[in-house]
Amino acid sequence: MKTFKIGGVHPNENKASANQPIEVVPVSKIVFIPVSQHLGNPAKPQVEKGDIVKTGQLIAKGDGFISANVHSSVSGKVLKVEEVIDYCGIRRQSIVIETTEDVWEESIDKSAQIITECTLTSEAIIEKINENGIVGLGGATFPSYVKYKIPEGKKPEFLIINGVECEPYLTADHRLMLEKSREIMVGITILMKGLKVNKAMIGIENNKPDAIAKLSSLTSEFPGITVHALKVKYPQGAEKQLIKALVNREVPSGKLPMEVGCVVQNVGTAFAVYEAIQKNKPLFERVVTVSGKLLSKPSNLLARVGTPITDLIEMAGGIPEDTGKIIIGGPMMGRAASIIEAPITKATSGILVMTTKESKRITPVSCIRCGKCITVCPMGLEPYLLAKLSEAQMWEEAEDDRIMDCMECGSCQFTCPSARPLVDYMRVGKNKVGQIIRNRKN
Amino acid sequence: MNSTILIAVLAICGIGLAAAIILYIVAQKFKVIEDPRIDEVVEFLPGAHCGGCGFPGCRALAETIVKRESLENLNCPVGGKEAMANIAKVLGLEANEVEPKIAVVRCAGSKSNAPHKSSYDGASSCAFAQMLYVGESGCPYGCLGLGDCVVSCQFDAMSIDDETGLPIIDGDKCVSCGACVKACPRQIIEIRNKGKKDRRIYVSCVNMEKGGPARKNCSVACIGCGKCAKVCPFDAITLENNLAYIDFTKCKLCRKCVSECPTNAINELNFPPAKDKPNEVVAVEA
Repeated sequence: MKTFKIGGVHPNENKASANQPIEVVPVSKIVFIPVSQHLGNPAKPQVEKGDIVKTGQLIAKGDGFISANVHSSVSGKVLKVEEVIDYCGIRRQSIVIETTEDVWEESIDKSAQIITECTLTSEAIIEKINENGIVGLGGATFPSYVKYKIPEGKKPEFLIINGVECEPYLTADHRLMLEKSREIMVGITILMKGLKVNKAMIGIENNKPDAIAKLSSLTSEFPGITVHALKVKYPQGAEKQLIKALVNREVPSGKLPMEVGCVVQNVGTAFAVYEAIQKNKPLFERVVTVSGKLLSKPSNLLARVGTPITDLIEMAGGIPEDTGKIIIGGPMMGRAASIIEAPITKATSGILVMTTKESKRITPVSCIRCGKCITVCPMGLEPYLLAKLSEAQMWEEAEDDRIMDCMECGSCQFTCPSARPLVDYMRVGKNKVGQIIRNRKN
Repeated sequence: MNSTILIAVLAICGIGLAAAIILYIVAQKFKVIEDPRIDEVVEFLPGAHCGGCGFPGCRALAETIVKRESLENLNCPVGGKEAMANIAKVLGLEANEVEPKIAVVRCAGSKSNAPHKSSYDGASSCAFAQMLYVGESGCPYGCLGLGDCVVSCQFDAMSIDDETGLPIIDGDKCVSCGACVKACPRQIIEIRNKGKKDRRIYVSCVNMEKGGPARKNCSVACIGCGKCAKVCPFDAITLENNLAYIDFTKCKLCRKCVSECPTNAINELNFPPAKDKPNEVVAVEA
């Protein structure tokens, strides 16, 4: 069975919500929609206080090449356009909407009927992806249409669809693959057309045999798409690791997957593309896994962007007594929330309620030079060394040792017997080195 | 028998002589001519290599002083007046008067003024916390209280007060080298004039938010009302981005702004208790 070669760890899966069908979260009374839910420039608000908006209406327009449109997830009145605190406590410009009756834009097809035919040209597909504010739903929220603007001299060969979901606890993509398999396949076909390639590969870890079987059974109807089972290993869902596992090509340091003729998209994104192209539905809702050992009902919830995190936890049975931390995202790469009244965004893949015991950090002690971090680093870095360089503020040396290749997957810290805060050092180092590189360019 | 020893001794002597000649020639050829005054200047510098003067280490400062033949804009904050006077004497230069400086922490978000809304249990470093989130108090500008400045201080002049959670600077030990200024990820610490009789007035806040949001997290935040700027008779206070700043070169320590501030964001240090009429204080200072 295929997998990537270097490094990787095996955290406990804890996929408690794997058998829970996707449920729809009721629309919240007030939603907070941040204008920056993607990588790149924040979008520019197009509405003002007092405006009446419909569900799916454009409320903030992408600003610049790397940016994405933001659409209203509810219908109602714009209360204000102001800075709202996100779950990290940072103020972000947001559009606050008080909801009324849920009225969708007329152009959106609300029926459940699956439309397989797509007659649009490649350019029209890419334009529509851009218009509907589709971003990578795997977590990085990179504006999707940018991936389809192929730089000159490059030719894409493969479309890689990421159904790996290697983070423990998370099951949102898994459920989506089971429940919306046909839609995802249509979405992939559309993406292949947009990219002008005739080969697409879906990578799924073999801890989801039902999803593999379901999608494999559909491949006969959709030519060019193949489903590949992958050996379970974290972080297989990372772009570069998935490319290595599926087509055995290595993306050079600091380069994009296009360098080796690949474009990687998440299954969630493929579904969003299907909805955008065939149903004219912009990206304003997503599946979020709400899970945790203490939760009475771990769930997969389809929630509108801007819904408060507390609403989702309430749906999953409310906050248990012995809660230590609430993590937004996966347990390996996610961040603890300091404010849980904050809204969910296009990036929110999971909400994890951790017990006090689970969330307690072990006091770091000295590095014993065991080299475990080097063994598990999927990028082939030396985390202990990079952490030391970052601690000593030796930025040039850290850059030479490829600190910018670190994707903060957390494998090193997960495996460290001394509980060193390796990822923290990396983050600080990457921030500083990134600044230095930007200054050099300017 | 004797001749063997003799040959050995002579051979060693010969090799030694040859090596000495080569070494002498090489030494002459690659001779580094250095101004002997640099060593003399280094003698008077404290040897802390803190970088407070703006040069990497004491020797670099000494070299610059000797090269420029002037002490203008050059100052060792650690050695202070005494060191500079000695250096001036050795080099026959005029010592320039540099006002003694000290680091101040421009945040008063103590545990009581800015109650903690969350608790951080990650690795104890402000830089880490800064990368992750807004901080325990919820103020995006305030002190994180994890002590990166304390670690950076070579002179043992800083410590974190357990009660307030804020760093304290020991005025006697601080040499204003500026290491803490660089270490603070939130740019809270500033090097200011030490002031007459160690008296200082500064805005103890760097929050650029509007009044409402700023006060929400901290009761002593600067709300940018501008009252202090209006009352200042010396135009020392400027208001920018909802934040007042007192220019220490213009401030005459009259303390009018301190009583005017509605949120007590302006901090006064080492002053005698305020008298009833603030006007009299002005007379004293003038």
